[in-house]
Amino acid sequence: MNSPLNALLVVVLALNLFALGTSRLVTVIKIVSLQGVLLGLMPLMIEEHVEWESLLAMGGTILLKGAVIPWMMMRAIREVEIRREMEPLIGFLPSMLLGALATGLALLFSKSLPLASEHTAPLLVPASLATIFVGFILLTTRAKAITQVMGYLVLENGIYIFGLLLLGVIPLMVELGVLLDLFVAIFIICIMVNHINQAFSSLDTRRLSELKE
Amino acid sequence: MNMFIHLVLMLAMPPLLLGVINKTKALFAGRKGPPLLQSYYDLIKLARKSVVISRTTTWIFIAAPVVTLTSIAMAGLLVPLGPFGAPVSFTGDLILFAYLLAVGRFFTTAAALDTGSSFEGMGAAREVTFACLSEPILFFALLVLARISGSLALGDLLHAPLDAGGQGDIASLVLVAIGLFILLLAENSRIPVDDPNTHLELTMIHEVMVLDHSGPLLGLILYGASIKLFVIGAVLLHVLFPFQSGSALLDWGVFVAEMLGVAVAVGVVESTMARLQMRHVPYLLIAAILFCAFGFVLLVR
Repeated sequence: MNSPLNALLVVVLALNLFALGTSRLVTVIKIVSLQGVLLGLMPLMIEEHVEWESLLAMGGTILLKGAVIPWMMMRAIREVEIRREMEPLIGFLPSMLLGALATGLALLFSKSLPLASEHTAPLLVPASLATIFVGFILLTTRAKAITQVMGYLVLENGIYIFGLLLLGVIPLMVELGVLLDLFVAIFIICIMVNHINQAFSSLDTRRLSELKE
Repeated sequence: MNMFIHLVLMLAMPPLLLGVINKTKALFAGRKGPPLLQSYYDLIKLARKSVVISRTTTWIFIAAPVVTLTSIAMAGLLVPLGPFGAPVSFTGDLILFAYLLAVGRFFTTAAALDTGSSFEGMGAAREVTFACLSEPILFFALLVLARISGSLALGDLLHAPLDAGGQGDIASLVLVAIGLFILLLAENSRIPVDDPNTHLELTMIHEVMVLDHSGPLLGLILYGASIKLFVIGAVLLHVLFPFQSGSALLDWGVFVAEMLGVAVAVGVVESTMARLQMRHVPYLLIAAILFCAFGFVLLVR
């Protein structure tokens, strides 16, 4: 039962590294949305008998992370007309290596965590730690507001993986609430990105600290 | 009997793969494309042409295509096709396999340097630089398979995915499959790494090294390159689609179909992706090394 889940999780880890290594925003958006779809499929592999409630949550996750959010992000970058992340604080190759290091350490350290025995065999915990860390790297080292949003999404994906440990315990309402929060956050950010672009004629967050009339 | 089919497939099928790749690319571009057997016609045409050899070259220039072809063909003998055994198999032959590939590369680059052309020297330098990164991919991948199977002979090691299915195994095999596919593209100078169609010396890797070869010698190089695609494709298939039905005929049929499938996949990648900038190629290769290394970490942790 765990093997297909682990296979999906390592694909998620691989996507993390590709997200760190590429400079094209469109590619990053595609990678993160693919990651979201894969995460949405995971409950199918964990639960033995799937109920309609979890199917609803799954469908919501896949629809939101795989279609709605990417669509909003694509729209946002089309309107502000940026294609690439030009000057990251840490280069693409070093940040990829950093992400790889984080993944390796997460794999090694998660073994020494005091986990319930049914949680040690699947890679859920290391994958979630690694994804959260990659999200942090994207958030902190990229200068463009859009890429930081992608970092936020990757971070959220990592937390979602961790949440899979509690599958079946979290009520449907909470899961849907989390999805709604995510949707609203991204929605507002996309509007803000537009406004930042109009006010500063750039999405470089380093310039936001300059005072302007 | 199986050994005979192995030899026939390995020697006769590779140019067809190039044809399938080109046909796939043509379909994507909305063209009709060259016939599937075009590579065979090309090889026959080249075999009948005369050779022009530069006066600055030495015997290495003539020996290189022969040595490259032979070493690749020998490497092909070590790799089992589908669920069948390899014609030659002994403990530790994975090292021989890696170094047979390296010998072929060494002679190709030596011949490129032998011409004294600066363009070919550049191509040779690039080929060797990227080889530094692509060899660890192969070794890590084989290491993972050796760990799963507990054997150091390619014949047994590559059959490990057939009877795998333990806890961490499938996860590592997925990672190794991604790594090997990137290796396939890099080693055969396919698109994200190198463009086999381009004839702009400044951006080529493999094609630029063989600019001075002509006639039958060029034919040998093209044929050797296609066998390399076949051999590395066979290694990848073991990880990607381990399949055994029990009936020999069906297994061979499935193997041939899978191989053509790999060629189609390469064609799809070539049609949908742009070539990477030369300085970005190492990122891709390092990512592939990391995937295979993770696969190993997953197994030993």
